[in-house]
Amino acid sequence: MIDPVIASRLQFALTTIVHIIFPVMSMGLAPFIVFFTWKDIRTGKPIYERLRRFWTKIFAVSFVVGTVTGIVLEFEFGTNFAAFSTTAGELFGGPLAIEGMMAFMLEATFLGVFVFGREKVGDVLYMISAVAVGLGTWLSAVWILIANSWMQTPRGYELVTENGQQVVHLVDPIAAYLNPRFGYMFVHMQNAAVESVALFMAGVAAYYVFRHHVWGYQVEDVDFWETTLKIALVGLLLTAPLQVVHGDMYGRHVAETQPQKFAAMEAVWETDSYVPEYIIAVPTDLADITNPRAKDLFGIGIPGGASWLASGGDPTAEIRGLNSFETEAPPVAIVFWAFRAMVGLGFWFVLLAFWGGYRWYTGELFEDGLLHKALMASSLLGVLATELGWIVTEVGRQPWVIQGVMRTSEGVSPGLTGAEATLTLGGFAVVYLGLLALYTYVVARIIRSGPPPREELRSTASPTGEVPASGVANDD
Amino acid sequence: MTSLVALGDGPLFGLPLPELWFALLFVMLGTFLFLDGFDFGAGAIFAALDDDTERETVLAAIGPFWDGNEVWLVVFGGALFASFPSVYADLFSRHYLLMFGILGALILRGLAPEMYEQRHDPAWQRWWGRSFVAGSVLAPFLLGAFAGNWLAGSARSFTLVGVVVGVAVTLLTVVSGAAFLRLKTGRRLPESVARYGIAAVGGYLLAVVATLALLALRLPNGPDALLRLPVVVPVVASVALAAGYVVALRRGANLVALGAAAGLTYALVSVVAVVMYPAVDPATGATVREAIVSTLPLNLMSIGAALLLPLITTYFVVLYSAFSGPISAGEAY
Repeated sequence: MIDPVIASRLQFALTTIVHIIFPVMSMGLAPFIVFFTWKDIRTGKPIYERLRRFWTKIFAVSFVVGTVTGIVLEFEFGTNFAAFSTTAGELFGGPLAIEGMMAFMLEATFLGVFVFGREKVGDVLYMISAVAVGLGTWLSAVWILIANSWMQTPRGYELVTENGQQVVHLVDPIAAYLNPRFGYMFVHMQNAAVESVALFMAGVAAYYVFRHHVWGYQVEDVDFWETTLKIALVGLLLTAPLQVVHGDMYGRHVAETQPQKFAAMEAVWETDSYVPEYIIAVPTDLADITNPRAKDLFGIGIPGGASWLASGGDPTAEIRGLNSFETEAPPVAIVFWAFRAMVGLGFWFVLLAFWGGYRWYTGELFEDGLLHKALMASSLLGVLATELGWIVTEVGRQPWVIQGVMRTSEGVSPGLTGAEATLTLGGFAVVYLGLLALYTYVVARIIRSGPPPREELRSTASPTGEVPASGVANDD
Repeated sequence: MTSLVALGDGPLFGLPLPELWFALLFVMLGTFLFLDGFDFGAGAIFAALDDDTERETVLAAIGPFWDGNEVWLVVFGGALFASFPSVYADLFSRHYLLMFGILGALILRGLAPEMYEQRHDPAWQRWWGRSFVAGSVLAPFLLGAFAGNWLAGSARSFTLVGVVVGVAVTLLTVVSGAAFLRLKTGRRLPESVARYGIAAVGGYLLAVVATLALLALRLPNGPDALLRLPVVVPVVASVALAAGYVVALRRGANLVALGAAAGLTYALVSVVAVVMYPAVDPATGATVREAIVSTLPLNLMSIGAALLLPLITTYFVVLYSAFSGPISAGEAY
């Protein structure tokens, strides 16, 4: 039997890592879908109706899987982290409740209208429902990130002892909910979602464009994919550079507010100035990979780089080392590598965006096979980078569940047995990996079957309305 | 922001907010049980139909609605967490395995209709059809078991009261489901759908009687706790509603039947709330006043709920009026 603390943490990690994929897809797709709907209604051009219907299928599947995996997360606070829920509920429960009422309701009810209602409601209500769905996905992120960012930089509360237990009381809602981390997290997350989806769209479109233009296969609907590729590239050009610039500011903010996390990101053990930024670092002993106290890294670094990043331009700045904290360090190797991989991917996306933008400018966007291959290979890397970012955020803040207030190990449900926790961990491992496989399979099928055939479109529909009313309808 | 902090000085307009939130929680639970209940019930009735077109009709009938309906569970969970955090934590961690059963059933239930429509080959659809039925029956059963344990103050996941309440709730979803399907599908589903509803409402009343008998034995103050006006009225009303349901369904007044099913659901939930009060968690004996969050967040949430609940009602009015009336032949999931 696995220890209930470890099993609960693993279970939460597993369910979050799988869950986050689906909101990333729906939040990232939201602006594109609103755009397609608007253009469809305004111009009546079939291409926009096809774009809307094709990407709405993927949105709807992502939303459904996101819903069922998300309910689990909400309930896991009660089942596995009951002590945390009791202590922090007053601050933490509020945003979750408002998220459900304000955002999730908006999204779920209007998704019904949006997916099933094109033939049933007028243009205005249809456009409103598209915006409502998109807004709902983004508002969800607002409230979830308010809850999460408060755990990273808690403000506006006081600790009170109730029935022998430390309980958080809300004293200043503005300070608590608009805590220092919130803005950084929200911008970074939403931009990451749009960037991830832009990469995904670009990769999918590049596959068809590549087959047609480079390999010379006759691809039906190649104009559909050409337009998709251009729209995705615009998305990428807007988001990729911003993510790097903003990420740099975010990193500095972490250095100020969560120095232990920053030290783990840079694997700095002893407090030092003129700390190098390691591009590559390897533990000198293999056993040290999982050891939070591992040091003696062999690395190649830029002298003063980490100090420069932490301070915003001063290569001699001092960075507090992990050994100077009273609490145990987070698993350094995971944080260190996840951070490096995320940053590396971020720069690669900027390169891809400029490369694609340049080819578009020179009129060779559809002929550059190497670019197409790079885009295809990168189609899932945006989602991967987002996952890595969350790993840095969540693993890096350990051992704290609420920074400086409560440790993760103290937050686990007191009555939970190792047997129960191990059983559900095993069950969720099977179910969630199955869900991931199923989602991948379904999305791959949607992509393989391509955009809706022209004869199905509204503009060519028979007056009897013998047209599937639904964007999800899939006539196999 | 002194004005916001001043909200912590006393309850908003001197209202009895702890009691209001206790009541609101049960309204949310009842709304979930009725709305998601009719699509759970549609899932159970799905099992009795073996014609592909009829099965597609059931899926098309609930297609636009079920996701919005299910959010009421999330809203209930969030509101319980926000208003009575210690109860949320105790209740969910105490029923650890039961909660995971519920989550598993909801996952199966949520995926099934979406997956069913992804491929039109018999083996795939048979499999997802079964998942749809299993999830639709298991989710209300386990939720009922959870509610039964909560009310009876039981610490164990499986108890007799829980099982009986689980059966009652499952039958209640069939009652709502039958009325909803009759209303939405016109004559496109066989007459037998109405018969399932009528059989279920009889079974439901029996299960409620069994629950009350078990509670009378189990509750510390026995029958006295149940022989009170606020308990007796909804129980008697349930019998009248059930009779009205049967008559309405037979006459084809399907909207009236659906309304009666809603009445039955809220009557059940109000009995649970009244029997439990003033405790909010009978197992620990925590009362509504003891377990409520402090005044400032309570006031803020109350303002939030007062603004958002009318808005949510509007969303549902838009949704249900956009898809009002029986579904037509061309409609697919």
